[in-house]
Amino acid sequence: MADAVASDVRVSTARRPTGARAFLRRKEMIAFFFALPLILIVLTLVIYPAFYALHLATLNKSMQHFVGLGNFTFLFKRNTFWMVVEQSVLFAVTAVMFKAVIGFIVAHFVHNIPQKGQRKWRGMLLIPWVIPPAMSTLAWLWLFDPSYSAFNWVLTHIGLDGIPWLGNPYWARFGVILVNVWVGSPFFMIMYLAALKSVPEQLHEAAAIDGASWFQKIWYVNLPMMRNIIQITALFSLIVTFANFDIVKILTNGGPVDQTHVFATWSFTLGIWGNDLPLGASVSLFMFPILAIAATLILRNVRKRGNEA
Amino acid sequence: MTTATAQIGGAGGAVRYGSMARANKRALRWSYFFLTLFVIFFLMPPIYMFITSLKTSAEIGAVTNPWWVYNPTLENYTTLLTQKSFLTFFKNSAIVSVLVVSVTMVVSVLAAFSLARMRFWGSATLATGVFLTYLVPETLLFIPLFKIFATFHDYTGIALINHWWVLIVLYPTLTVPFCTWIMIGYFSSIPKELDEAALIDGASYFQILTKVFIPVALPGIIAAMIFCFTVSWAQFLYPLAFTTSEDQLVLPVGIVTTLIKGDVYNWGQIMTGALLGAAPPLIIYAFLMDYYIAGLTAGATKG
Amino acid sequence: MAQVALRKIVKMFEKTPAVQGIDLDIADREFIVLVGPSGCGKSTTLRMIAGLEEASSGEIYIGDQLVNDVPPKDRDIAMVFQNYALYPHMTVFENMSFGLRLRKFPKPEIKERVDSAARILDITDLLQRQPKQLSGGQRQRVAMGRAIVRNPKVFLFDEPLSNLDAKLRVQMRTEIKKVHQKVTTTTVYVTHDQIEAMTLADRVVVMNHGRIEQIGTPHEVYHNPTTHFVAGFIGSPAMNFLPCQLTENGNGLSVRVSDKLTFPVPQERLARYRPHAGRELLFGLRPEDIIERRGEPEPGRAAFEVQLEVVEPMGMETMVYFVVDGVEVCGRVNPNAARNAGEIMPLVADLNHMHLIDPRTDLVL
Repeated sequence: MADAVASDVRVSTARRPTGARAFLRRKEMIAFFFALPLILIVLTLVIYPAFYALHLATLNKSMQHFVGLGNFTFLFKRNTFWMVVEQSVLFAVTAVMFKAVIGFIVAHFVHNIPQKGQRKWRGMLLIPWVIPPAMSTLAWLWLFDPSYSAFNWVLTHIGLDGIPWLGNPYWARFGVILVNVWVGSPFFMIMYLAALKSVPEQLHEAAAIDGASWFQKIWYVNLPMMRNIIQITALFSLIVTFANFDIVKILTNGGPVDQTHVFATWSFTLGIWGNDLPLGASVSLFMFPILAIAATLILRNVRKRGNEA
Repeated sequence: MTTATAQIGGAGGAVRYGSMARANKRALRWSYFFLTLFVIFFLMPPIYMFITSLKTSAEIGAVTNPWWVYNPTLENYTTLLTQKSFLTFFKNSAIVSVLVVSVTMVVSVLAAFSLARMRFWGSATLATGVFLTYLVPETLLFIPLFKIFATFHDYTGIALINHWWVLIVLYPTLTVPFCTWIMIGYFSSIPKELDEAALIDGASYFQILTKVFIPVALPGIIAAMIFCFTVSWAQFLYPLAFTTSEDQLVLPVGIVTTLIKGDVYNWGQIMTGALLGAAPPLIIYAFLMDYYIAGLTAGATKG
Repeated sequence: MAQVALRKIVKMFEKTPAVQGIDLDIADREFIVLVGPSGCGKSTTLRMIAGLEEASSGEIYIGDQLVNDVPPKDRDIAMVFQNYALYPHMTVFENMSFGLRLRKFPKPEIKERVDSAARILDITDLLQRQPKQLSGGQRQRVAMGRAIVRNPKVFLFDEPLSNLDAKLRVQMRTEIKKVHQKVTTTTVYVTHDQIEAMTLADRVVVMNHGRIEQIGTPHEVYHNPTTHFVAGFIGSPAMNFLPCQLTENGNGLSVRVSDKLTFPVPQERLARYRPHAGRELLFGLRPEDIIERRGEPEPGRAAFEVQLEVVEPMGMETMVYFVVDGVEVCGRVNPNAARNAGEIMPLVADLNHMHLIDPRTDLVL
């Protein structure tokens, strides 16, 4: 029977080559036309440059000669490169972890208070995310100022020594992470709050009847229900943090002695300031594997979410 | 089983309820306490910006309490707002952002409608591709784009680098994929029957988009526009790499590069500039907070 | 006003067939109801008439025109959707006039048409409201109004009442019938609710697995179902089916449903069933044909006694359930005559309404 039906279809399409199919093709044409600007932008400004970066990385500084993997072998021999790798990973992983934890905690506090007050608190807590990071980092730079640090003023007034915030490599690393956490945790808070709101209240009531404590409710009810959002948010943030530029650029510009450089700032320093575009491109390409892994995981999570809905 | 539970509830119900209410009250007080601490932490830098912006250079240099203003003055504001270069930065930022929002919305809404509703060969792959391009950061693209633009100049004679309008070409790489992605989410949540009804009522696809989808998805469109504006206004890397002449700079780069002269930091002006630079997104946020948050959470929860 | 004709309509989704060759002629002004379980292809068929789905093969005619290649807006049809599909950003008036405005009708005519449709549906007061301010029933009326103002050749209804609560559904059903009597437009109505089908239709089309099982008036499909599926699908509670053996019994025939229970076949059915004597068949009898015993059974009725398993009082009548050879059977008795569960109750079966089904072909004999 199925065969008969299939052959039927073929016969009838052969008989009417125009018609409905032409109409549908017209619809597809319109659809394609609507998507064309997007396709062009993505192709010329994202896909093509991404591949061009690969090509660029194989050229010498004046971009006249093909040097193969020369830029990479050069990088591998430099200590600064390995320092940047280490700092990029440390920076991204630590910052994302703190952002996730702070976001989770603050989201629960906001969720705890009465509904009508939540808007106000949420509104204030999101402000770091709204301010352009370049602008707010300037405020942090001023707070960390070696001679006039407002933090050190407080510290000396309570009898402690002032801290060389951006002068000492370890404190400088702490500083860039702190600012990143400050900028990013509100985003986590908002995402987690949205996820918390979607946990049905009945589940909490059921858990309460089953005798769950406050902590157990979070651990056994909220956390599993929010797991997907937690993962997606953390992966998103991992990508953004790993590729971060503004904060490090303004706060330390990589210093002291290149200790706080991440891939983005170092490639900028080499490529734009040092006028060695191929070397800069080579450095930035090292972001790619981690971005690809995170992107794959996100895609899987988002798809899973789509299926659940 | 049921009777047993009922008995326990009956015997201890009132007491338990009281203890729970007390525990809740205590939890609430702790929540407020910690929330206050976090708000202090989160608001300290902008507040300190504001404090500093009201100070004279003399007071900034003095060894007084930095957290207090002894001689408040609007001098920094008047100086900056009458300075030609600062006004140029502001104007460049505003024009770039408005144009980027317009371009992005036209491109994304058309594409999202096509991908969410009309479909064509390869459209599902394209939707995934859009999502992936959203994850490609500008820090990966600015060097090849820099070289491509330079080559473009060699071939056509059109100089793209060091013109503020080059940013209108660049920013869509950041805004278009995300806006398309969230608009796909918003459009997909519109019931299929609505466009079918419109189709039967005699609307063309373009009319379905303009007369049905755009009005119905207006909250989503506003959220996307806010996102677009915020990203364009805040972008730092592209203008830093692609523009250098003072009259071509946008606000964030202008403040960082012109107000910091060598080792001389005029902190009063820097903080004032930073605060003014942060003002447009903050004002939009203050008035359209719900849209802002909707757009923020849409990326991961929709689609 | 127009007739609709479907010729050998097939619809494939990817490789799976949704509609497998349908032929249907709908007369002008007729009210046709497509009914069947979910996934039977009824909605797909409707959507192909609307032009929202393309037929994989076959021909669709509206009036005398072959419309396979005609886009929905040019087919001169109007459709009412299950979720109403009202434009949420438009008022009722704008919703109803959208199609006319797109077709650039003159303003006075639009107003006149909307007003007259609003009068028919009694929604004149609602014209300036937004859809979200309306109740489910009112939205349903607006959706119908949107269809009526267009004055199309054919109305298409896709399960229009399934989002309403039970009471409103009955009310709107009557309303739809009234509207059809006023405007007399050819109507194709899809539902999974067989009561809706029975009450509304001039003719019912029962569909299953992408095929038409039977086309007939409500009376025909109820009393003379032609297939096992139709017999079981139409009627609620559903028809009882019992495996049986048709045995010859001197001059007559009898249906043996269990060791203890054998029913004689009525005189007028003997000729019809004779060729199947000796075969294993399926015996079908509706619950209302199993009633309490009052005095001596009339001709064509057989008395028997069963032990009741479950008794469900419904008010007007009482459903009694008992088991015959492991199969649950339902009877519909007078509440005053009903016994309690577990007790023995004398019943009669009205064999004038019996059906015999060939289990190999699933056809009613």
